[in-house]
Amino acid sequence: MNPIAAVCRKEIIDNFRDRRTMFSTLAFGPIFAPLMFVAMIQIVVDRTVSAVEQQLTVPIVGIEAAENLEAFLAARGIDPDPEHGIIDLDSAAIAVANGEYGYAVIIEDSFADNLGGDEPARVTIIFDRSNSRDTERVQRVQSAIRAYGERIGSLRLLARGVNPAVVRPIIVDAYDISTATGRSALVLGILTYFLLFAVLMGGMYLAIDTTAGERERKSLEPLLTIPVSRTSLLLGKVAATVTFMLVSLALTLVGFGIALPYLPLDELGMTSGFTPITAVFAFFLLAPFAVLGAFLMTLVASYTKSYKEAQTWLGLLLIVPTLPVALATIMNVRPTQALMWVPSMSQHLLITELIKQGPIDPLMMAQSVISTLFYAGLLSLIAIKLYKREALLG
Amino acid sequence: MIEVSALEKSFGKVRALKGVSFEAPRGRITGLLGPNGAGKSTCLRILSTVMTADAGTASIGGIDVAADSLAVRRLSGVLPHGSGLYPQLTAIENIRYYGDLHGLGRKALDTRVAELVERLDLSEIANRRAKGFSQGERTKVALARALVNKPEYLLLDEPTSGLDVMATRDLRQWLTELREQGCCILLSSHVMQEIAALADQIVIIAHGRLAASGTPAQLAEQYGEDDLEQVFVDAVNSAESRTGATA
Repeated sequence: MNPIAAVCRKEIIDNFRDRRTMFSTLAFGPIFAPLMFVAMIQIVVDRTVSAVEQQLTVPIVGIEAAENLEAFLAARGIDPDPEHGIIDLDSAAIAVANGEYGYAVIIEDSFADNLGGDEPARVTIIFDRSNSRDTERVQRVQSAIRAYGERIGSLRLLARGVNPAVVRPIIVDAYDISTATGRSALVLGILTYFLLFAVLMGGMYLAIDTTAGERERKSLEPLLTIPVSRTSLLLGKVAATVTFMLVSLALTLVGFGIALPYLPLDELGMTSGFTPITAVFAFFLLAPFAVLGAFLMTLVASYTKSYKEAQTWLGLLLIVPTLPVALATIMNVRPTQALMWVPSMSQHLLITELIKQGPIDPLMMAQSVISTLFYAGLLSLIAIKLYKREALLG
Repeated sequence: MIEVSALEKSFGKVRALKGVSFEAPRGRITGLLGPNGAGKSTCLRILSTVMTADAGTASIGGIDVAADSLAVRRLSGVLPHGSGLYPQLTAIENIRYYGDLHGLGRKALDTRVAELVERLDLSEIANRRAKGFSQGERTKVALARALVNKPEYLLLDEPTSGLDVMATRDLRQWLTELREQGCCILLSSHVMQEIAALADQIVIIAHGRLAASGTPAQLAEQYGEDDLEQVFVDAVNSAESRTGATA
């Protein structure tokens, strides 16, 4: 048997019997990632949909003196809470701060008088900006009250014989051209990160076990007395790590394939472009990333002194591919040939395009695959060099 | 023959070996004896090619360990300190893995494994995973693993540590058998009695230097002492005073 194949086979059998490795390969990516993703999307959908349509019950101080406003708000699905304990600004601030209410409205005592006269009538909304759960609702209440004010303003102008359009010199129309599938890409963009994570997670414990773990168990020293070059040993170990990563990736893609149809994406005006063909393309786009990840993790782990230290460093390493992905999502980056040289960014951009069902440049796909493998090759040279150090034995 | 000549090795500021020389002939068991930190393991690690010496030479079967480490590894079997078995693999799988890496064909490996199981009396634990093994069982399997390529040279680092009397006696019997077959055996220990019971000739090192060497009888004569334990103490002490003089 070829020594690389022998090492690879042994590491696969050995780690297949290790519960921790199997958990991170079989459970994390394939089960937890889709579940977490579905839960995240569900929360986003719930908030967006419910904040727009839900009947709101709001503690409003002094609503008794503003019957017309009450009727106006009621027509927009906003009712005053009849039994709230809030009496003034201070008690409202306390009630919002301790979470009793998400937000509260205070209508000043002189509301009716000011509205009747020419003074502006004051309405205060108390809310907590750091509590994002109610942001949409606060906005809804605020714009409803503002709309009421605008209506009164228009009526006053009309009563004075002035066209209300005079005080509205500009009307802004927002015209959103994004397609339903295109919109979903933003949400589904998070999906690529879960895929990258599943790849790295699937091989993480193997990368540790075959390097720092082997040294800690004292099985490395006898292994190095076998007439097999250290390069072959390292390549066999990396091959086993890549195998686990690809298994984790494949299972995770299947997991997403099963989970995504259950998402209420329609409610967000989105459709999912995640078909089995997308999954196959995603697999082949991410496979080179697995090779890169395996060499990177093996390299880092073989530099550490113990299993625990390796765990710490590789844990940090899991965050690295998020940076390009986060950057691409925040800055709404479009795929370009230059960006295909950035690993994890190139995979993210291409898979996002796949999901959007937009046109994909085969040249870019080739560039992503080749550049990622090129980096993997560079890392392999460094890893091999490190593996030949005497200090490897610790 | 294993030959070590003026071997030096430092780890940072610590000089582990300061010019050790000795020979271990074929068909004999040579005991490398010394107190903790004397440089025994370093010496064996250089011979097993996992480390390289700073100065001096070491050769196995006439092949320089630094010049052609793969050839040296093909000739030798190594039992390092601590068995270094894979806990998730069975005894047989542990042995077969090394057989595969040595490039033994499937049939040759089947025969060899069967032989080793028979000879080292492994049948009871053959298909059990190594994580539950006793120290004696681990040493036995690690020895079988080191012997999978029928090595002509066998290097054992503290093979008796942690073994009970019965296991030590078994080990002695297997090593004697191997010696009869012409195998060259070099083993280390820090316990004089164990070396005296196992080895045909003794090399005592202390503080990275050779302190004394010879058969037990020669050493007893040289130091005018019947008690080998006392010979060991005297040799180590004299090495210490010499080191002090040169320092």
